Amino acid sequence: MFSEFEPSNRRARVFFLRYMQVKVLYFGVLKDMVGHRSSEMELPEGVSVAGLVKRHELQLKSSAEFWSSIAVAVNQQYAKAEDVLHDGDEVALLPPVSGGLR
Amino acid sequence: MRVEIVDGVIPAAEIVAGLKAGADGAVCVFDGIVRDNTRGRKTLHLDYEAYREMALAQMHGLAGEAVAKFGVRDVALVHRLGRLVVGETSVLVAVSSAHRGAAFDACRWLIDTLKRTVPIWKKEQFVDGAIWADGEPFPEGIGVAPAAEAVGQLAEEEPSPGRGTAGPMERKE
Repeated sequence: MFSEFEPSNRRARVFFLRYMQVKVLYFGVLKDMVGHRSSEMELPEGVSVAGLVKRHELQLKSSAEFWSSIAVAVNQQYAKAEDVLHDGDEVALLPPVSGGLR
Repeated sequence: MRVEIVDGVIPAAEIVAGLKAGADGAVCVFDGIVRDNTRGRKTLHLDYEAYREMALAQMHGLAGEAVAKFGVRDVALVHRLGRLVVGETSVLVAVSSAHRGAAFDACRWLIDTLKRTVPIWKKEQFVDGAIWADGEPFPEGIGVAPAAEAVGQLAEEEPSPGRGTAGPMERKE
């Protein structure tokens, strides 16, 4: 019975959520939307690139179309939506780059 | 290969002259300059900003890739940041090669790929307001269209109330 409350118990372990710190950088129109160039965010371990984008989407309330147009770089490399973030990562949210008509 | 991000005037003539060597039969140059309007709206100036370290690394990668892909001899790739007025060079691409075909192809590929993948943005200042220029969509494999399950993932990631997490609007630097 008592063992149910041991940290080694799977059921109990979920309450010992660990957190990590990432640095988020904003560029272009995103910098204007957020109001600053960077922020330190504390996130539960295991959050993915998509999870981080979703947090911003929920808070900043821009169109879903905008959020599906951005790219994310983790430690200056383009990342995939499913990539998992780690403590100390530098994560940059990048709107479509400057482009121009051909 | 001369690959740079600069804050002042791009010395275009000097860069092109410095690229030429005896084995070359062609130098192809793309000089990207600030236009005086966007869709008829009069432009006062452009402000370029970059994720500088990453942009420079990407530009080095592109220059190397162009040499490998097109067999050209040398490449110069220089982008300027900050405020630029009409007529000034924002980006210079120069490619030297034994023959013109490869030089043209590499030059075109470099500017097109740079414009879609290198993290540099421009804000256009008009007489009556300013906007961030619409970028081209990222090529496949670079963007991160948030997957539908991301909402579910968000709920799973935060099962316990109590300890808050900082939102993007908090903790300014």
